[in-house]
Amino acid sequence: MAEILQTAQVSKTFGGLAAVSDVDISVNEGEIHCLIGPNGAGKSTLFKLVIGTYLPSGGSISFRGENVTQRRPYERVKRGMSIKMQTPSVFKELPVRQNIHIALQHHIGRAALAREEERLLTLLELAPDATKPAGALSHGQQQWLEIGMALALKPALMLLDEPTAGMSPEETFRTGELIKQLNADGMTMLIVEHDMAFVRQIAQRVTVMHFGKVFARGAIGEILADPRVAEIYLGKTHEH
Amino acid sequence: MFKLLNGPQTLGNGRAFWICFFLVLIIALAYPFFADSYDVGNFAYFLIWVFMALGLCLMWGYGGMLSFGQTFFFGIAGYSYGVLAINLGGGGMTFVALGLAILLAALSALILGYFMIWGRVGGVFFGIVTLSATLVLAFFVGQTAGPEWRVGEARLNGYNGMKGMEPLNIPWFGGESIYFEGSSLYYLAIALILLVYLGLRVLLNSRFGNVIVAIREDPQRAELLGYDVRKYQLITFVIGSALAGLSGALYTSWGQFITPSSIGLPAAAMPIVWVAFSGRGDITATLIGTFLILVAFQTITVHSQQAALILMGAMLLATVMLAPQGFVIGVARSIGRLVKRRGQAPG
Ligand SMILES: Nc1ncnc2c1ncn2[C@@H]1O[C@H](COP(=O)(O)OP(=O)(O)O)[C@@H](O)[C@H]1O
Ligand SMILES: [Mg+2]
Repeated sequence: MAEILQTAQVSKTFGGLAAVSDVDISVNEGEIHCLIGPNGAGKSTLFKLVIGTYLPSGGSISFRGENVTQRRPYERVKRGMSIKMQTPSVFKELPVRQNIHIALQHHIGRAALAREEERLLTLLELAPDATKPAGALSHGQQQWLEIGMALALKPALMLLDEPTAGMSPEETFRTGELIKQLNADGMTMLIVEHDMAFVRQIAQRVTVMHFGKVFARGAIGEILADPRVAEIYLGKTHEH
Repeated sequence: MFKLLNGPQTLGNGRAFWICFFLVLIIALAYPFFADSYDVGNFAYFLIWVFMALGLCLMWGYGGMLSFGQTFFFGIAGYSYGVLAINLGGGGMTFVALGLAILLAALSALILGYFMIWGRVGGVFFGIVTLSATLVLAFFVGQTAGPEWRVGEARLNGYNGMKGMEPLNIPWFGGESIYFEGSSLYYLAIALILLVYLGLRVLLNSRFGNVIVAIREDPQRAELLGYDVRKYQLITFVIGSALAGLSGALYTSWGQFITPSSIGLPAAAMPIVWVAFSGRGDITATLIGTFLILVAFQTITVHSQQAALILMGAMLLATVMLAPQGFVIGVARSIGRLVKRRGQAPG
């Protein structure tokens, strides 16, 4: 299967701290790939390297066969990436509808925009709150809104950093179903997640990070059965 | 295109608003037929400043960039108009001078903006750098008293200011020229304000406007939606500054002189007071507020210059403390709420 994203020996150091060191990961076109690991393992930092908000201290990143290591974030987005960061950031003072609109207008013409806007608002169950400022939404709703904005770009590769944080078990399950649906429609997913039940619900392949390095990788079944993985997770599961 | 006159970035999108708009426009157009020519000339003078305020509103209120540099670009264009009008000869060439002067202001904004935005000068430092540039320009022009400071025929003349340029004028049939002074300047200013105001409404409610308010809210998020943030900021800065240039060139044409005091402090602080007081978040509020402040300021200055300056300071203080969003916006919002409540009330 073709690789959509590949990192080769990417590293990022902050002062003396190696947050990410020599990480090779590859994501195949069309898969749901989960990135797991204890807090502080370097997952979010890796995401920021992939999307370009951080430039790596070493190594390279290629996306759809092109070396994008030095590309600015907006250029990577234009090439088909989209991200929901761990800390939600929506345009707080702007109405919910306009948040969606700003994401959609990027690639959808005026004619189809209104229809697509309604569709997304309904999908996210935000239609009743469409005129409220986004900052007035609950944390969970802001999370949904942000996922919706990332989705609005219709990316080839979607990066979701802890998409279910702060959600109820029921909302978490629905998010999982939504992710599977989008994947079935052709979107490749790379997802950072803590909740193992959720990982089991959606993942096909898993990469485990620990102390900035790749610790293990494989199919979901193998990883869950790996006693070493259980070990780094045990006693860590309550940390977040 | 016309659809974009209304939208999320502008207050006043309903029928009632546009009816008021046309009423005000009709009154403005009819005004010279009733008022005496001295007052019409004064009004024309007030209108000249409005462009600078609209430009600042675009950059600061919508784009989140507080520029202290409006009088920098005002000065660039004001002096350029003078130099060009003198050297190109008068007549229809004064309009060429006007166009080139604005272009020069835009070009300087492009250069200054490029270094600031690509150099990641943000937040407070944006204000500091633009203010420094403004003070440097004021100081520089101030020391050009000597006869060696001339561009062609035009002498810059230091603190005494440059004079001797023709006002805007075009040759007309029968050998007479139309000079844009008094009521003809008034009509020219009204036409330009109409063009700029409606143009900005369309711009703000378009794709572009959505992007710049998104950048104001969260530049990183905007970039992650695929927008080249720096490009949008630079365009916003150039447009906003070019509008200050328009004010500057019209000012020189109006008085046929310009001095460094139009550039330095306290002139540089004025647009900020106007826009803050009016409400930087809305272009209509800025238009109305700036005009009202200028009229009030002038009226009081006639009696006492000190009183006018104190009033200005008091207004800024009151805005910061009582209505951080601006007074005109505050009033507009209250009216909006009242109308809504009326509409909802039974019967
Ligand atoms: N901007 C930063 N500056 C300094 N240290 C950072 C920065 N971002 C992350 N780190 C550090 O890098 C390590 C990895 O962090 P992160 O990527 O957020 O981990 P994870 O997402 O796996 O929980 C942590 O030790 C964190 O404190
Ligand atoms: Mg993280």
